[in-house]
Amino acid sequence: MPGILIVGELNDGAPSPVTGQLIAAARKAYPDVTVAVAFLGDDLSFGDAALGALPVDDVYLLEHPRLADGDAGVFDAPVAALAALCREIDPETVLIGRTDFGAAVGPRLAFRLGAAVAQDCVDLAVNPETGRLAVTRPVYGGGAMAVFEFGGASTQVVLVRPGAFESSVTDGGSARVQKFDTESVISEPRARLVDSVSEPRAGVRLEDAEVVVSGGRGLGGPEPFQQLEELASLLSGAVGASRAACDAGWMDHSFQVGLTGKSISPRLYITVGISGASQHMAGCSSARNIVAINKDGEANIFKEARYGVVGDWQKILPAFIATVRDL
Amino acid sequence: MRIAVCVKQVPDPETPPSQFKIDEAALAVVSPPGVPPVVNGFDLNAVEAALRVRETLAGQEVEITVLSVGTGFVMDVMKRPLSMGADRLVLVDDPSLAALDAVATVKVLAAAIRHTGPFDIVMCGRQASDWDQATVPLGLAEALDLPCVTLARSVQVQDSSVTVERVIVDGHQVIEAQLPALITFSNELGEPRYPNLRGIMAASRKTPETLTLEDLEITASDLEPALKLTRLFVPESGQECEFIEGEDDADAGRRLAVRLREAKLI
Ligand SMILES: Cc1cc2nc3c(=O)[nH]c(=O)nc-3n(C[C@H](O)[C@H](O)[C@H](O)COP(=O)(O)OP(=O)(O)OC[C@H]3O[C@@H](n4cnc5c(N)ncnc54)[C@H](O)[C@@H]3O)c2cc1C
Ligand SMILES: Nc1ncnc2c1ncn2[C@@H]1O[C@H](COP(=O)(O)O)[C@@H](O)[C@H]1O
Repeated sequence: MPGILIVGELNDGAPSPVTGQLIAAARKAYPDVTVAVAFLGDDLSFGDAALGALPVDDVYLLEHPRLADGDAGVFDAPVAALAALCREIDPETVLIGRTDFGAAVGPRLAFRLGAAVAQDCVDLAVNPETGRLAVTRPVYGGGAMAVFEFGGASTQVVLVRPGAFESSVTDGGSARVQKFDTESVISEPRARLVDSVSEPRAGVRLEDAEVVVSGGRGLGGPEPFQQLEELASLLSGAVGASRAACDAGWMDHSFQVGLTGKSISPRLYITVGISGASQHMAGCSSARNIVAINKDGEANIFKEARYGVVGDWQKILPAFIATVRDL
Repeated sequence: MRIAVCVKQVPDPETPPSQFKIDEAALAVVSPPGVPPVVNGFDLNAVEAALRVRETLAGQEVEITVLSVGTGFVMDVMKRPLSMGADRLVLVDDPSLAALDAVATVKVLAAAIRHTGPFDIVMCGRQASDWDQATVPLGLAEALDLPCVTLARSVQVQDSSVTVERVIVDGHQVIEAQLPALITFSNELGEPRYPNLRGIMAASRKTPETLTLEDLEITASDLEPALKLTRLFVPESGQECEFIEGEDDADAGRRLAVRLREAKLI
């Protein structure tokens, strides 16, 4: 049985957390099937020992200068290389994390193989009656959940939402590590990276923060975000924003929390002047305690919040911040 | 220069969660009465991008063709790209196109693009706000064998290439792609323009061109879903909110801090 192929990703030479989550997802849906992981990079010669300890059956190393960093934002080479590997080993299911890399590569790989594809899945299970793979995914901006079943006729490509599974990676596996030659399948590039600009921010990263304080359209302008900054720094947290606040130009889009922004999972998430649209909530569904300050008692955010204050943030927030400082 | 922009008609995604209803038996979303559908927001960003390209290439002829696959089109809604300034609207309209999966959508859309093309650039939204797949454009790039740049926030056209700023976590990449190419757009591009009166008048005089599945040589078997929807439901949050009240708003703010401290959250 050809089994499962996981498209792994590396962080500083080690399997990324998402790779571990994909292994957990594969084991959950298919307890008895062989699992292989493919890693892509320029030079993976360090990999035999480090990657061979993964708790899987096979590890494939795909090396080529253009397989580093997702072909520098172009993604043509990884698609070609992975398609060649799939044609060779013919997996039943390919699992890819819906990271920047996976979101660009996964669907293209599926179409190149003539495979079926499901995006952004948070659960997978094999239907015991049909033997077919069923996936659960949020749709309508997180307003609904949908279950889809694959027809089973072709390879199936499943993109898995990062964070949806708990990594179960333990060392001490003994995978067969082998190289897979990709030289002949990588064609001339039709696009190239000209520049890469990163605007890293001082302080705690939004994605990693234990406390996040976000503001929305209800703040009315950019200035009130200074108060949120102040609160965030008192709580050693980070500031976020709704898309409405980013689209208005009050905050850079890199602060956006939500379906098409960042996914956060803080212990405490304080929202100010945010209505709680499903697309916003999609980015904070794993926040453990949501606090809402909103003048509209009917706002959806109160359906998701643990603590709420109904009223004007302009009065509530200064008193809240002052008390936090004094406590 | 010829630009195709692919747009999808979707239920209004800003429908408040309290009014968002699902017919679980029919496996479909029921729009609240009187709320019209909209053109998918990111697709309007793509229309805006195409219009900006035309403006920066002043002196060169740029034709913008908007394409959509579906059924039950509301013309006032679908004409919005025309009233923004697009030249043509091509609809593939058939009852069998109501609930296609990504694979089938790509088949029909790619055929429509071949039929109306050739195009120098195919523009799409990053994802459609109904099924949030973010898949169709990537499939189109494969079907049409085009280089593909996703998540654009700006685009500049040179003689035989485009330069795209692509949004990544905490920054952006600048990618240059050969033409023809496919690009998907995100809201970071900026708000789509509001149609002005002249645009609305011009759009009202235009008739959408329609293509049938026969024109595209697509048969029912091409539309068989590879993925079958078996369940659709609204997840319950189950969260009970504890409302903190005070003598006035400021007092409630103070009490909130005290309560969070008691709960050891701060
Ligand atoms: C495909 C798609 C993807 C999207 N992705 C995202 C995403 O990633 N992230 C995201 O955030 N959104 C996203 N959105 C947008 C989302 O649908 C909402 O439009 C957006 O989240 C609304 O932002 P908001 O809550 O700040 O604004 P609003 O919905 O306008 O809410 C403002 C709130 O402020 C309150 N308020 C006003 N004045 C005061 C005051 N003085 N004191 C207290 N409260 C006050 C109001 O009662 C109201 O509830 C997406 C939409 C689509 C269609
Ligand atoms: N039925 C359709 N007709 C025209 N364009 C579409 C259609 N479905 C998807 N698209 C395009 O593909 C993008 C992504 O859609 P999706 O993959 O469904 O999230 C949309 O933003 C549109 O630009």
